Amino acid sequence: MDHDKNLTEIRMMIARHRRWDRLFLITGIVTLMIAMLIFFALIMGMVIDGMPRLTLDFFTSFPSRRPGAAGILSAWVGTTLVMLVTAVAAVPLGVSAGVYLEEYAPKNLLTEIIEINVTNLAGVPSIIYGLLALGLFVYQLGLGQSILAAGLTLALLILPVVIVATREAIRSIPVSIREGAYAVGATKWQTVSDHILPYSSAGILTGIIIGLARAIGETAPIITIGALTFIAFLPTSPIQSEFPFLSFEWLMAPFTVMPIQMFNWVSRPEEAFQLNAAAAGLVLVVMTLAMNGLAIYLRYNLRKKIKW
Amino acid sequence: MKFSRRNDAKSEDMKISAQNMDNRNDVVPAYKSLRRNFRRHIKERIIESILFLAALFSVFITFAIVYMLVSESMVFFEHVSLREFLTDTQWTPLFDDAHYGILPLVSGTVVSSLVALAVALPLGTIIAIYLSEFAPFAVREIAKPFLELLGGIPTVVYGYFALLSVTPLLQYFFPDLPGFSLLSAGLVMGIMIIPYVSSMTEDAMRSVPMHLREGSYATGATRFQTAVKVVVPASMSGIAAAYILGISRAVGETMVVTIAAGMQPNLTWNPTEPAATITTYIVQVSLGDLPHGSIGYQTIFAAGLTLLLITLIFNILGHLLRKYYREVY
Repeated sequence: MDHDKNLTEIRMMIARHRRWDRLFLITGIVTLMIAMLIFFALIMGMVIDGMPRLTLDFFTSFPSRRPGAAGILSAWVGTTLVMLVTAVAAVPLGVSAGVYLEEYAPKNLLTEIIEINVTNLAGVPSIIYGLLALGLFVYQLGLGQSILAAGLTLALLILPVVIVATREAIRSIPVSIREGAYAVGATKWQTVSDHILPYSSAGILTGIIIGLARAIGETAPIITIGALTFIAFLPTSPIQSEFPFLSFEWLMAPFTVMPIQMFNWVSRPEEAFQLNAAAAGLVLVVMTLAMNGLAIYLRYNLRKKIKW
Repeated sequence: MKFSRRNDAKSEDMKISAQNMDNRNDVVPAYKSLRRNFRRHIKERIIESILFLAALFSVFITFAIVYMLVSESMVFFEHVSLREFLTDTQWTPLFDDAHYGILPLVSGTVVSSLVALAVALPLGTIIAIYLSEFAPFAVREIAKPFLELLGGIPTVVYGYFALLSVTPLLQYFFPDLPGFSLLSAGLVMGIMIIPYVSSMTEDAMRSVPMHLREGSYATGATRFQTAVKVVVPASMSGIAAAYILGISRAVGETMVVTIAAGMQPNLTWNPTEPAATITTYIVQVSLGDLPHGSIGYQTIFAAGLTLLLITLIFNILGHLLRKYYREVY
């Protein structure tokens, strides 16, 4: 009698636990669905509002007081040039730092400080980098509100991303590769430049793309250095038809970038400008999604291909 | 190992071995090979120093940030006492009747962050537990990159979403809600932070060794019991780190609150009101045309220093939590 009662109790307990299990399973699926739904709502909202504005004219016109005639020419040119500066500054610095920390650094206090510092820098809000740039680049170094100042600011911002990606890519190379190189008499640098860097290049590239995708969308630090929002001209072209064919005047030119242009249009009360904002936002989202997608694709492909 | 440059490498190898043969034929004097060794050594040293300087540069960035914020704030605190800064209930540095109390900005930051965390932490954790412990392989392989993509969307786009989609939707249910509100900005900020929290939490959970789960299953526990009573406690240090990261992101977030929460400093704990945050104020001043060296210019550095200190406290807290909860399997 007692035994039977125990058995039914245990069965009820198991049933109860299973109910909880199923309940959580459903909660998990629903939550994930909600997250996806919000994402599609965000994209669809911009597509519906912005799609009609996305004509060729939109890409080839300057911003204007008339919403119908306004475009993003100066914004996407500005974004391209700023990204160029960011990449040129952040990639060599970040990769070098990553290589040093992973291959050269002795285990001592200084190395530990550098490592903790990189982790902490990744957690500093982006607007703080903007304040640093405002004080350092704009005023102390006298760069003004230029493409150079903006590019360097974003370079500082994505430096931790590049360093961490480089370290992770290098860490996944087995020690036997290094030992093989040393065994045939290679120096440390020969090992790094002939083996470590080529084998980790895809992983490093992934990190660089993710970093640049983040930099493209950053608005706050660029606003903080005081970038103008109404720019109806282009900087001097970097490539000239006359000798010496390259010009660096554009580095010091005033500029606007995509997210700033979008912010400018969002904060206008007129609805027509908000349609422009939707269109600009759509372009921005497509750009960042494409870059992140490329990075994810590279990483997944890499994981499959490399077998040490 | 597969490597596409294999053939090139091979031919180079052959060239090198041919050179070595040459070297063996005509004898190299010892002083020459020593000199070459010496040169090689110098080159190695130089390269190592350059790489070291690159790594050290990150420390320089931190020093530059702290120096810049502190030096400008020092000038600010010559005009304004620390007491006024911390206790005054008004923030009107650009008005004739200037008040310099940081509290209204802090309250805006705290309220919007709390709303965001109320969304991001539970939802992010549920998604992480589901993906790590329940989801079939195919779902996880699709959902993880998808969440990463979501985390890559620019914040200004989320701001647009908050102002033009979420606020009207909320106003449909609560007609009294103003056009700018901390609630709407906080909700969208929470959605924005979900990918960070869920992705890091999931990574932490997946690093829990399988035998712990198997032990739990063997005693008859369900997946949910295993997740809550075994996996979550075992990965507590990673989860704490994810939560702390979420908090710092919410506190430092700029564009969503600037666009959707209004720019008026407002000492309130009510999320349905509009209010400026610390970051909003910095943007607002930067959009205007304040002369370099004026007190208005210095206020944004004082506000920035406050923000940095808040995030620093959370970072240190995260560090301590990680140490405290660190599990050794």
